[in-house]
Amino acid sequence: MTDSDNNSAHNVGFFITCLADLFRPQVGFAAVRLIEQCGCHVSVPQQSCCGQPAYNNGDDSKTRVLAKNLIDKFEQFDYMVAPSGSCAAMVKVHYPKLLKDDPNWSGRAQNLADRTYELSQFLVDVMRVKLPLKLKLKPAQFVDDKKITYHDSCSGLRELGIRSQPRKLLNQRAGISMDEMDNSEICCGFGGTFCVKYPEISTRLVDNKISGIDRIEADIVLGGDLGCLMNIAGRLTRCGKQTQVFHFAEWLLDEQPETGIAGTKPKT
Amino acid sequence: MKVLSQNFKSASKAALLNDDLRSALDRAEGGFVNTRKKAVAELRNFEDYRTYGQQVKDHTLKHLGYYLTQFENKVVKSGGHVHWAGNGEQANKIILDICSAANARKITKGKSMVSEEAATNKSLQDQGYEVIETDLGEYIIQLAGESPSHIIAPAVHKSKQNVTDLFHQHHSRLGFLEKVTEPEDIVNQARQVLRDHFCSADVGITGANFLVADTGSAVIVTNEGNGDLTASLPGVHIIIASIEKVIPDLVSLGGFLRLLGRSATGQIMSVYTTLFNGPKRKDDLDGPDQFHVVLLDNGRTEILKSKYQDILRCIRCGACLNHCPVYTNIGGHAYGWVYPGPIGSVLTPLLVGQTKAMHLPNACTLNGRCQTVCPVKIPLPSLLRQHRVDLVQMGAHSWAQKFGLWCWYSLASRPKWYNQITRILVAILARTATRGRFRWLPLARPWTATRDFPAPAQSTFQQLWKAQHRRKT
Repeated sequence: MTDSDNNSAHNVGFFITCLADLFRPQVGFAAVRLIEQCGCHVSVPQQSCCGQPAYNNGDDSKTRVLAKNLIDKFEQFDYMVAPSGSCAAMVKVHYPKLLKDDPNWSGRAQNLADRTYELSQFLVDVMRVKLPLKLKLKPAQFVDDKKITYHDSCSGLRELGIRSQPRKLLNQRAGISMDEMDNSEICCGFGGTFCVKYPEISTRLVDNKISGIDRIEADIVLGGDLGCLMNIAGRLTRCGKQTQVFHFAEWLLDEQPETGIAGTKPKT
Repeated sequence: MKVLSQNFKSASKAALLNDDLRSALDRAEGGFVNTRKKAVAELRNFEDYRTYGQQVKDHTLKHLGYYLTQFENKVVKSGGHVHWAGNGEQANKIILDICSAANARKITKGKSMVSEEAATNKSLQDQGYEVIETDLGEYIIQLAGESPSHIIAPAVHKSKQNVTDLFHQHHSRLGFLEKVTEPEDIVNQARQVLRDHFCSADVGITGANFLVADTGSAVIVTNEGNGDLTASLPGVHIIIASIEKVIPDLVSLGGFLRLLGRSATGQIMSVYTTLFNGPKRKDDLDGPDQFHVVLLDNGRTEILKSKYQDILRCIRCGACLNHCPVYTNIGGHAYGWVYPGPIGSVLTPLLVGQTKAMHLPNACTLNGRCQTVCPVKIPLPSLLRQHRVDLVQMGAHSWAQKFGLWCWYSLASRPKWYNQITRILVAILARTATRGRFRWLPLARPWTATRDFPAPAQSTFQQLWKAQHRRKT
């Protein structure tokens, strides 16, 4: 393990979150790199899920077990950071409510909640990285003629107030300028298990999202929550569209990512 | 009204396929959202008003008995009558008795969702009374034999063409032989037809947006003035209102009126705002001879004692509907009862039974947009989730759903197993995908019917991290 030279460096427990862990590990490595560039030391304890699927389906007792597991693994760190608004919000907003009547856990839940952040929030609001960021970024090579837009995931936007942070970061990436969709803040229809419980409604909502993407003729859609991004990407490819979808962290690396979620290649 | 919420799945699917409904909803909802945004931005301290609205409602609900009694005393003092109804049936019985004592035949009605809840029209019609809805939207859906699909815009699902055809079908026997197609002509025709009814009605029934305890006033807010004509012209005015409509005084009314118009239609104030205070007094030129207020509980007292009490703050502005991605795509009828959208998805299960309406709180992405626009800050997503908690505790879900959740949980609660098993799954999926995605996967049809399923990378992040970490040390 590479210990940071700085003794006062913050210890960050990195919560990869299920979907990034299983489907898009490069999001995790990009996120870790960004956090390390702020002078933090990053650890990844063995972990599973924050319990969001059980919580949103109303199964509080199962959620409590998972919440306690997670608190146990992460409370030792100065901060917990996750590359997902909904998973970070689960810990930050919902854990304290979930465990408020448990005298052994309510304090611990609140304590971790206070130190939990979504990635862009952590970089911009907590680390207050000086803008422009010292990210050692190479100028983007092939973005000059690409239209890039951002989808605001609901949990991050409304539960954590994340809107400007990822945009600020992306604006530091030379060559990236953002075009805004008129429906960037409207739900894409993912909604966790909602998308498989009510697939027809979910499909309509993601089609509405894609109409917004099409209206500005975006080539690339970025966002901060893999659930939404997989939903949007999966519908885009099914409709035969070439628009690529990425997690925003992938676009803050030195090298530009090539293959988007669901295997899309850059438009030629 | 018959509860059809259990058919939500099929009804919402059908609604999604209805192109007329879609274009009607697109037009209307887009308008509501934009006008609200503009009206809210113009009031610098709108957020303070929201907090005020929340606090005044919470205070009133905490002392509901006190304020209702005060309201009753004031109404009686001004010569009116107050009737208490435990449920819709009792409310209808009270109304029937009043109508029968007045030898009524024709009854005009202002818009009232509470009367929809009590199914008052049907009870009156069953007894042979002629009932005419006078709000234009309500009038349209009455002609169509439908129920409201929005709490403030009941005919929002109807296109102009629908209305042209309906009017032609029903008004030609009244001498209106030409089809009216322009909005102005449509409104004019409705006005002419309704004018006769206003003048010949024996009883007028309206709802109330607010009941002011301190003055005994019933406040009715409309844009068409139909509420005023319904209330003032017949000899008998009956107000039907649910008990949580009471607010302390005229000062608080000022706050709520600022919130209501802006949240509902994006108006600074609705066109007509009238305070009704009892029957005609000796020197009044007009007004009803009798003034009745029917206060309906219908489960509110129980809700007040429950985890759902915040929902009683609702002032029925409809902003949560207009901002709900699900409502704005399926319309109101799919919800299967009186109140649709986020407010309906919380309220309907409480009023008709949680298992009957179990789809409603589940058919929500918990995106939270409704909560951000609610003028009285009702935590709608939390209340929707609370229903889900109750449903799990009741064991209401299907075995397939319980089994699915159990499988996932068994894995997720054991991080070691989770890591091992997900590694294997990810490796298999990565090797079997074509071009980084799946068009089909076993058991994943709800997803793959309309969307490709993105394939995972060869290894999980935790697996790769561990390998790197091992190399470094």
